Amino acid sequence: MTEENIIKPFLRLSGLEPLVVRPETLFVNIGERTNVTGSKKFARLIRGGLYEEALSVARQQVENGAQVLDVNMDDALLDGVAAMTKFLNLLQAEPDIAKIPVMLDSSKFEIIEAGLKCVQGKCIVNSISMKEGEDKFLEQARICKNFGAAVVVMAFDETGQADTKQRKVDICLRAYKLLTEKVGYNPQDIIFDPNIFAIATGIEEHNNYAVDFIEATKEIKQLMPLVRVSGGVSNMSFSFRGNDHVREAMHAVFLYYAIKAGLDMGIVNAGQLAVYDEIEPQLKKLCEDVILNIGNENNEATERLIVFAESVKAKGKEIIKDESWRLGDVESRLTHSLVNGITDYIDQDTEEARLKYPKPLDVIEGPLMDGMNVVGDLFGAGKMFLPQVVKSARVMKKAVYILTPYIEKEKEERRKKLLEEGINEDESGAPKILLATVKGDVHDIGKNIVGVVLGCNGYDIVDLGVMVPSDKIISEAKNIGASMIGLSGLITPSLDEMVHVAREMKRNEMKIPLLIGGATTSRMHTAVKIADEYDHGVVHVLDASRSVTVTGNLLNEQKATFLNDIKNEYSKLKSDFAKKRTTKQLIPYEDAKRNAVDIKWNEFTPVTPTFTGIKIFDDFPLEELLPFLDWQPFFIAWEMHGKFPAILSDEIIGKEATKLYNDAQEMLKTIIKEKWLTAHGVAGFWEVEKTAPDTVVVKSENVQELQFLRQQLKKAAGQPNFSLSDFIRPNEYGSDFMGAFSVTIHGLDKHIKRMIDDHDDYGKITLQALGDRFAEAFAECLHKKTRTELWGYAKNENLTNEELIREEYKGIRPAPGYPACPDHTEKRKLFKLLGGQATTKIELTESLAMYPPSSVCGWYFANPESKYFGVGKIENDQLEDYAKRKGMSVEEAHKWLRPLIE
Amino acid sequence: MKTLQDCLQERILIIDGAMGTMIQKRQLSEQDFRGERFKDFHKDLKGNNDLLSITRPDVIEDIHKQYLDAGADIIETNTFSSTTIAQADYDLQSIAYELNVASAKCARKAADTATAENPGKPRFVAGAIGPLNKTLSLSPDVNNPGYRAVTFDEVTTAYTEQIAGLIEGGVDILLIETIFDTLNAKAAIYSAKTFFDKHPGKVKPIMISGTITDASGRTLSGQTLEAFYISIMHSEPLSVGLNCALGAEQMRPHIEELSKIAGCYTSAYPNAGLPNAFGEYDEMPEQTAHIIEEWAKEGFLNIVGGCCGTTPDHIKHIAMEVSKYKPRKIPVIANTL
Repeated sequence: MTEENIIKPFLRLSGLEPLVVRPETLFVNIGERTNVTGSKKFARLIRGGLYEEALSVARQQVENGAQVLDVNMDDALLDGVAAMTKFLNLLQAEPDIAKIPVMLDSSKFEIIEAGLKCVQGKCIVNSISMKEGEDKFLEQARICKNFGAAVVVMAFDETGQADTKQRKVDICLRAYKLLTEKVGYNPQDIIFDPNIFAIATGIEEHNNYAVDFIEATKEIKQLMPLVRVSGGVSNMSFSFRGNDHVREAMHAVFLYYAIKAGLDMGIVNAGQLAVYDEIEPQLKKLCEDVILNIGNENNEATERLIVFAESVKAKGKEIIKDESWRLGDVESRLTHSLVNGITDYIDQDTEEARLKYPKPLDVIEGPLMDGMNVVGDLFGAGKMFLPQVVKSARVMKKAVYILTPYIEKEKEERRKKLLEEGINEDESGAPKILLATVKGDVHDIGKNIVGVVLGCNGYDIVDLGVMVPSDKIISEAKNIGASMIGLSGLITPSLDEMVHVAREMKRNEMKIPLLIGGATTSRMHTAVKIADEYDHGVVHVLDASRSVTVTGNLLNEQKATFLNDIKNEYSKLKSDFAKKRTTKQLIPYEDAKRNAVDIKWNEFTPVTPTFTGIKIFDDFPLEELLPFLDWQPFFIAWEMHGKFPAILSDEIIGKEATKLYNDAQEMLKTIIKEKWLTAHGVAGFWEVEKTAPDTVVVKSENVQELQFLRQQLKKAAGQPNFSLSDFIRPNEYGSDFMGAFSVTIHGLDKHIKRMIDDHDDYGKITLQALGDRFAEAFAECLHKKTRTELWGYAKNENLTNEELIREEYKGIRPAPGYPACPDHTEKRKLFKLLGGQATTKIELTESLAMYPPSSVCGWYFANPESKYFGVGKIENDQLEDYAKRKGMSVEEAHKWLRPLIE
Repeated sequence: MKTLQDCLQERILIIDGAMGTMIQKRQLSEQDFRGERFKDFHKDLKGNNDLLSITRPDVIEDIHKQYLDAGADIIETNTFSSTTIAQADYDLQSIAYELNVASAKCARKAADTATAENPGKPRFVAGAIGPLNKTLSLSPDVNNPGYRAVTFDEVTTAYTEQIAGLIEGGVDILLIETIFDTLNAKAAIYSAKTFFDKHPGKVKPIMISGTITDASGRTLSGQTLEAFYISIMHSEPLSVGLNCALGAEQMRPHIEELSKIAGCYTSAYPNAGLPNAFGEYDEMPEQTAHIIEEWAKEGFLNIVGGCCGTTPDHIKHIAMEVSKYKPRKIPVIANTL
């Protein structure tokens, strides 16, 4: 609790569970089917008093991904107050529905009020407006506020509903002022609905309605950044009712542009959302013309869409492939599909096998597992590589998915039968392994790979995702009866969190083994720091391919021997470490400061940057980043080690590496063509003054005092004890300059989610890895711009990409948290200098990880002598001095610098 | 004189312990409960603890005094069940308002005496608003999940009367506590806010204290802790916290979570452990205090005390242990995304 905790003004809603709308939430789906005006089925059920069935409509919406449930009982034939009350009261008894927040939707305020009296969570009122004047509006707003509801305000005033952009914006601004100044509404609890009207109606005045909405949204968000914007999306395509195919495409295209403009939520049919990227190109173009009102002066675009709508037919794609393997028996075909990662026939082959075998489970245990064993053997023998294994896993998942309902049915029947015979069957399925990226950390590529590999090996993987607090890990593990827990983390503070989890496991008297993995973890750290905190097995797992052997050993009868061996190994490591530690010689901090880098300052004049302050690069063209992509780490992410491009022609892994490379290139093309990702960067330069040997003051508008750490290891004669501040001119020679930057890649979440839903781990991991590559490439690109243009201290630089990767340029860009400046907390200053989240579009977690995860930041040093180094171990004298300089307690500084101290 | 806000900035404040436990220890008789005024009342009144504020105010004041002597900065009025809805069990709906005024006065008197003795440590009175014996989110009839034994309007009427009485009697704070159904609490908040809107001179800070009923980490009405907090944020509470149902040990992860997400002060007053086989609480004062000390050390707390089973001795030990630590710092409330 020592670090600063910040609460952001997000829109927060709740049902039984919270829903926090963060900037990266992108879009909140509001389920629309529980609306008597929009759904004939729902209306019929409510009118007929069939509330139980009406609840199942709500349940379907939740299952299809609705995050908020819109409930509307506005029907002339209904007692709206009674229907709203009854439906909501029944809904409270259904935890799987009541978990999401409710949107009370009515044009009659008494129905809304009746709804407000039934929901315990923080709901949304939809809607109030100024159509009956300010007094009524204020009165209703006050009531909503006392009930603690967020409120949708329609762009509607005394003269009517706003249709043009300007009217929409004006009305919203007026309502905003009234709500925030007169009622005291929190801006984040205000949601504007600037009216989505039907387009392509044949009436020309309607043609610009979608554009008006999109542009109004943009301006509303600019003028009132904390408010949210919502809309009833299906109104827009009203003239195409009956043609769901076209309507879905229109919705997807509209949402694509409206979300970009700032639309945060929308009332949609959660079960029927087309994916923008998957709309056939012709239809997509037609929709875009109509929605963006391009070439539509005389309804030409509308006409074209109507013609298309009339001709819609499903068309298949034809691809010629070698299909000879289709001639074999079903077992060999399944194996072929698994080994080659082909999903095309898995449905029909699985079904065929299901009919052939006595029980559906036999299909899994027989041909499918046989196939996966082949995959496992090939993987173990190094003949298959991770990307392929992931593809195989995808095929396997699909097959299992097809079989599951049959297996469940059979299980149920057997259970019933056994129960009749008085036997209560103890369910013992596959061993369960719980995986989580620890609290404060958002990185999960490695963990996902481990999950897939273990999943392929017959384990039941429960993945809790990222940023998981220890109590959730432990309670879930208990809940599901996990056989072991696997923790992952990439940034250094995660190491401490892992220690914390181990302690908590002990405190909670857990008995299952704990696996430690992730880029910053090591056998040494595990041995020295974690192993002693927990008594029932702590094992470091180097990479995904080792995870199978480790878990295998932990689940068979050799577990005790295995753990004992590990324990001995770790205690030896620990004692070796302790011995080594005493032999390392550190010199006093005072001496280290005297042994700073010796630069001939009298011969040096700093180059003045072309500007001071920050420059923002929003939506930087991805194409320009392509030349800077470094592929080697991409292959490392896939656990394929080797130099790029040599890896492509490697005797053993070359073929697979090439395939992976080609797939990645394909995806790159799509990413760029369909603008999946956006790159945002900020660079800044400032005059700085060195006020102490390890202190540099940045003279920005908000002055920041940077503190650096200095090597304390005893050096050979003539070797300096480095500190980054050594590269800044000492004050007696005059001031100097320094810079900072951040880059981030947005847009991954949506596609990753789609890939998860599609069981496409291969695509997901490729995309995540590419996201990271783009961020690094952007950092490299921005650094080059800095050297040659923005700061311009190396205007004549001419380096090849290889030379860039080998860092043969002048000046450095070290990142807080990395070896040259290992204190993560300095990142806060860096972000303050760059303008915070508003400009950088990066959020810092409490452990100072950056979100989105594909982000890079760092300092710029231009001095030609500057170079990368590692601070290494430091002594208490420097720690105390550093804590004092930072105005931190020694304990806190110790916490952040722990890896440097022991 | 230091205000409540001043004190909260400065240290972890202590709220008192159980009232019911202390009344039980006195082994009062039916006559004690009835007093002169209700000696011929047609129903048994023993067990209607709130009534003692009228019939045996000396007992209630003495209990308040014991907690104040133990170091409590905030004492709770004896009004857990002082609503028309809860008093209906005794046919005493008609005196609900009076009960609140009388209880608030008992506490006020005890607190003011203690403040006068030691003006450096001002004492505050929190008007206790209990959860009611009828819930708005849950049906008492398993076969009819849509049924409710009480309506939102009935609940707000009852709470509004209670709030008016408490404020009339002189409380410094309204404490909506032992919330196991958030909708009941929202009705109390609604009542308070509407009352304040009508009587702008009588605005009091609101403390909110929810109850996590079991290891699921949820309220009885099914909300997770964060969902609960979000649902009551509009009360703009002085503090949010947890009490009852759990002992300190079981409450720890929830208090830890709350201390991270709450944009206001946090409070906790757990039971003295979990009840034993006889329904008695037997966690020793030093045991409770020892667990709570660790919370203070971790910086989870601004206000702490005890619920069922705790005694002035528990409060004394807790006060002693937490006095060594600084109060939790309220997170920075950002005004940009």
